Amino acid sequence: MRNALTLERRWDLAIRFLGRVGLWGITLAALLFLYLPIAILVIYSFNTSRLNAVWRGFTLDWYRSLFAGIGESGADVITGQIWDALFNSLWVGGIATVVATVFGTMVALALERFKFRQKTALEALLFLPIIIPDITMGISLLVFFSLVFQLIQTVTGVRLVLGLPTVIIGHIAFNISYVAVTVRSRIAELDPALEEAAQDLGANEWRTFYRVTLPLIFPGILSGALLAFTLSLDDFVITFFTAGVGSTTLPVFVYGMIKLSVTPAINAISTLMLMASFLIVLASLALQRRSLQL
Amino acid sequence: MFNRIQTHLATATNRRRLNLAVLVIPATVWLFFFFVLPLFMVLLYSVLERGTYGGVEWQFTLSNYERLFNPIYWGVLGRSLWLALFTTVACLLVGYPLAFFIASRPPQWRNTLLLLVIIPFWTNFLVRIYAWIIILRQEGVINVLLSSLHLINQPLDLLFNSFAVTVGLVYGYLPFMILPLYATLERFDFALLDAAQDLGANDLKTFVRIVLPLTLRGIVAGSLLVFIPAVGEFITPDILGGAKTLMMGNLVQNQFLGARHWPFGSVLSIVMIVIVLIPILIYFRVADEKLKAN
Repeated sequence: MRNALTLERRWDLAIRFLGRVGLWGITLAALLFLYLPIAILVIYSFNTSRLNAVWRGFTLDWYRSLFAGIGESGADVITGQIWDALFNSLWVGGIATVVATVFGTMVALALERFKFRQKTALEALLFLPIIIPDITMGISLLVFFSLVFQLIQTVTGVRLVLGLPTVIIGHIAFNISYVAVTVRSRIAELDPALEEAAQDLGANEWRTFYRVTLPLIFPGILSGALLAFTLSLDDFVITFFTAGVGSTTLPVFVYGMIKLSVTPAINAISTLMLMASFLIVLASLALQRRSLQL
Repeated sequence: MFNRIQTHLATATNRRRLNLAVLVIPATVWLFFFFVLPLFMVLLYSVLERGTYGGVEWQFTLSNYERLFNPIYWGVLGRSLWLALFTTVACLLVGYPLAFFIASRPPQWRNTLLLLVIIPFWTNFLVRIYAWIIILRQEGVINVLLSSLHLINQPLDLLFNSFAVTVGLVYGYLPFMILPLYATLERFDFALLDAAQDLGANDLKTFVRIVLPLTLRGIVAGSLLVFIPAVGEFITPDILGGAKTLMMGNLVQNQFLGARHWPFGSVLSIVMIVIVLIPILIYFRVADEKLKAN
């Protein structure tokens, strides 16, 4: 009996040991899996060798080729384009973020602070853009714009084409939902008594919103905007289908480079984009810290 | 007096209604025109004849749906489902231990570890997928490493096949699995583990009987968050896959930009939306019934 117990105990200890080892092992392996590719990308952006993964020496040529068009064939074509693409991305991201943040915040307020019959329908409408595959959204906008533009051409004779405005329209459409979800969770945490108190003290609705609600939910709005901006800068699929010729954003430009040929210049531009997103993450963390302290 | 109060109340309700309308209308109108309407146009296109130069002829037909019965497309459909399912399971097997590990650390460690998981999520998807080209291609990191160790004579074909696509999908969507899992595991009462222990259960039994059932919500949510975008994925198979690893997203893109068969592309998009909506609807149905049962 005693012997059997110790055997069982040993078995339990073995399981515990395996569990511990597995937990640590898988965690380390998973973190390695997440970061190794990024690290390799950065390292090889400084590699002299163009063709393969053998380390041949340190160089900044790939970065230079991005900015000044030195060296590689076709690099001078790239130089102008990359700045255009970056500029386009920032434009699209900026406008789409501002509009989507305003619309998304408004609808989030409506959902949290009002009771109305069509609430479930509105929630479903906001939920759909998040779950529907990007590519269906991209092609549906392509279909929509081509039909509407055809119609406009037959009626007025004006010929409209896809471009940055159509990209921005699409980006606003998918960003509204993300902003609404983010801001809504912040409003839900807010104590309604604060707003009631303001109204009891004689503030009207607008004043209550402006002086009480808005400052309190501002961190939520900011993180919603940040999410929208990141998603917008990151988006390839919807932009790809709604951009048309000559309105390339940075991801579409990178996609073109990848499809054309694999050169370390792509590593260089990827490294720069990585650094930009690290900076955004750090900035958002700093903002959160500050809002917590306030 | 009574009348005045009544009118006052009436104007207050009216004003409230007006406020609600002002808050809801911008987002709703935007989403109606640039999300709902485009989807309906896709539905419309799916029953129209193909136009000669892309676009459509305005003639009703069901032939586009008949085309779905061609076994060629079943292969693509099956592969999309299979790859998405495989990706989901792989993400779960890697993500669960990682999320558990993070949730069971002391609080000051948790945020840092969580940040490590989130950072790749904030970096550009294209860039992350591209990193795998550097690693997997014939002149890539793995092949150079293996051949310098004299383990292989010829470079391995690691790129442009389902292996590469699966690796890319798991890499791209792992954070989507970890975050909801962590959210449920963080709320998990770890004192229950001690209780189970005291009652004589070993770690394996505790995990299967206590931890797993109590974190099922996170597992389901994470699996949906991975499966849904993975099924509609188009960039990963486009960049890391070859002709034999086409997924539905590639087929849709091909019909719209390559083969110029917009109606059939529309049919495929509708199939994709249906595939995505089925698990979502089941999820909500079950959640609803659970809510009612409680």
